[in-house]
Amino acid sequence: MLKIAKERLNELYAKINETMGLFIPVKKAGEVNYAVWSEGKEVSLETLKTVKSPKNIFFPQTENMMKFKTDGKNIEVIDVRQALAEKTDEKPFVAFGVKACDYKAIEVLDKVFLADPVDTYYQIRREATTIVTLACSRPEESCFCGVFGIDAAAPQGDVTTWLDDNYLYWRANTEKGESLTELVKELFENGGEAEVEAQQAATKAVLESLPFAALDLSRFKPENLNELFDDPAWESLSEACLGCGTCTFVCPTCQCFDIRDFKTNEGVIRYRCWDSCMYSDFTLMAHGNSRTTQMQRYRQRFMHKLVYYPSQNDGLYSCVGCGRCVNKCPQRLNIVKVIKTLGGNAND
Amino acid sequence: MQEVTTEKKEFTPNIVAFCCNWCSYAGADLAGSSRLTYPANVKIIRVPCSCRVNPTFILKAFQQGADGVILCGCHPGDCHYVTGNYYTRRRMALLFNFLDYMGIEKERTRVEWVSAAEGARFSAVMNDFVETVTKLGENKRLTDLRVKEGE
Amino acid sequence: MKDVELKMIERAKALLESGEVARVVGWKKGDFCFDPSPAVFETVEELKDFVYDYFCGANLSKYLIQVSKKEGKTAVFLKPCDTYSFNQLVKEYRIKRENVYVIAVECLGKLDIEKIKGNGIVGVTGVEVVGKDVNVTSAYGNATLYKPDVVLTKCATCTKTHVAKDEEIILHEREAKDVNRFEEVEKLEAMTADERFAFWREQLSKCIRCNACRNVCPACSCLKCVFDNPASGIAAKANDDQFEEQLFHVIRAFHVSGRCTDCGECSRVCPQNIPLHLLNRKFIKDIDGLYGEYQAGEESEGKTPLTSFTEGDSEVNDVVYGEAK
Repeated sequence: MLKIAKERLNELYAKINETMGLFIPVKKAGEVNYAVWSEGKEVSLETLKTVKSPKNIFFPQTENMMKFKTDGKNIEVIDVRQALAEKTDEKPFVAFGVKACDYKAIEVLDKVFLADPVDTYYQIRREATTIVTLACSRPEESCFCGVFGIDAAAPQGDVTTWLDDNYLYWRANTEKGESLTELVKELFENGGEAEVEAQQAATKAVLESLPFAALDLSRFKPENLNELFDDPAWESLSEACLGCGTCTFVCPTCQCFDIRDFKTNEGVIRYRCWDSCMYSDFTLMAHGNSRTTQMQRYRQRFMHKLVYYPSQNDGLYSCVGCGRCVNKCPQRLNIVKVIKTLGGNAND
Repeated sequence: MQEVTTEKKEFTPNIVAFCCNWCSYAGADLAGSSRLTYPANVKIIRVPCSCRVNPTFILKAFQQGADGVILCGCHPGDCHYVTGNYYTRRRMALLFNFLDYMGIEKERTRVEWVSAAEGARFSAVMNDFVETVTKLGENKRLTDLRVKEGE
Repeated sequence: MKDVELKMIERAKALLESGEVARVVGWKKGDFCFDPSPAVFETVEELKDFVYDYFCGANLSKYLIQVSKKEGKTAVFLKPCDTYSFNQLVKEYRIKRENVYVIAVECLGKLDIEKIKGNGIVGVTGVEVVGKDVNVTSAYGNATLYKPDVVLTKCATCTKTHVAKDEEIILHEREAKDVNRFEEVEKLEAMTADERFAFWREQLSKCIRCNACRNVCPACSCLKCVFDNPASGIAAKANDDQFEEQLFHVIRAFHVSGRCTDCGECSRVCPQNIPLHLLNRKFIKDIDGLYGEYQAGEESEGKTPLTSFTEGDSEVNDVVYGEAK
């Protein structure tokens, strides 16, 4: 295990940035989100939850898919992927400070975007990224990653790091991680095993005492699909839902997008942007939205997370317990309330 | 393949002028038939009344590359629909001040009353507005970079 | 606050039991002490989860658009600021007034859990208000905070009193506050155009287009919003370009101008904490300055500043900083 003094982290960022792009939680106008690092930006590794999750790095909120240039009767189609691939080949990037829940969320996204047919836009970015995770040391009341079998104190990733008051501890897990370590090794010294173990033990104790640590998911199984779908509780659960997209946009695993065209002076840009199943124009068809009430839209979101997705992915839930929706829902509705109401006997 | 010219072009602003059908559009007509000149970069959009202009129209014009937007209607009291321009006056006073509050140059927006008999005034107003916007330079704060892509 | 809550439950119970109302709109307990949700109660049994505390910041008036159209009467608890939104919605014929039984309740300013957590407090387990002290207990220790520092932004400058007509009232006297709600707007006005642009760019670039501000806004009650209408030409879901963010926020602020009661829900719900109320307050300030003091929602009938005019209104080009030259 390697370690680096906290005061020298800026040197580490600069060193990485010499040859690679660096995405890291940055504070801007009071809020912390992942952004491209450059000298002088206020990095905030301590922030437990960035507002937007790091899925933004691989699956940006908006991204151009192709361009059409018109010249008389001719239409030229410009594939933007080539330029994207060249850019990432030249300068691959590092996602730094990814928490255990957000890392698990990337696994969830991989199953969607890297399964056949492969989403090449996602793939290019994903393959160009080395993920450096950061263990949590101060989980808060809205965290429930443990329910999904995630260990916040020992995240996976190409490199795992731990942060305490004095040092950042560093351990490479994969080949990608090793080569990144090679690049920055000169800044590190050896040691830190004992500190990391102590921190992990302390974090574990906190995690076990969190209010949502023992949520029961036992009822969310594919065989209960119809029963859950028809449960009358959805009405009261969704009653206060505003139909805004906050939960879906802060969610690290929500993966729906819409494809739209934008007319420029020279042609057309076809882009995709995040979409939300809470919106009235989601999957809009000629006859309208197939889900006509907010209750149906609300139900769709949670059934997808807890029943539909796992039934197609060997029981892997597409919720990672990050708790962003718990914190950010304007009316304080969230997946925990759904799990508590419909999850199983132990929740009663 | 288009020829690429390297010399720097002199900035000529794109101006969108919303003109009401009954006064200002006729005023523009009169300016034309009186052989009064106004810059060719003023693009007139005819609207039934100045109060038909929704704030979105103005923002859209900027998005599509306008450097200045001017709204012309009948003089207060002379509206073809009696009161339309009174509403315009309130709306635009608030909207243009608001754009200023967001840091978008106030000089890029203007409201002028031009009657059907004021061909000379129409020409003078447009000349003056184009001059003001030319001095300000290109609109960079309320524009959509995607629109200008490839230019 | 606890005594007010008890009185409210008592009234809700009586109204439901007597059959005078078919349902009650209020707040329901959450998982923590700080996350109540708006809820509809239809039976006396359901009232066991009823709560009214320092975290009931949500404005319930917008829910009445749907609920007041249901069979039977609906009782609703409205805080002082909510009654303005209620009146405005009645004025716009969005709420069936005859179907609503209004109970106005006291509000001494609601707390903002994010501001409390902003003091480095994680794992909050309890919050108690004693006078101006907010005692917070948490998994990592206890703290006492100064209440005015941790109230919702909308509450910091609120001086509103109840205005709904024919209401029943449950409240204590509230202290008069001497605050200038336009202070922040004035600060921005005093900046140069470049500084203002930089300020709004930094703030609006955080926008994730979740539409929470729009969906929570009682003034945004269109059946179909222009931004959701693919045929409108300006429907956009994402913050693809800085223009999109400006377009959305300018149009939204303009659309609610003269109707915005300054309830401050937009800023409360913004996941990125963009001070959206400063957009609406600019319009309110300009309207006050140019067309006479006007408080939307004070009355439930009459015209708004943008649906009326006088012949002597200032000319557009003469107006600078919301004042006629």
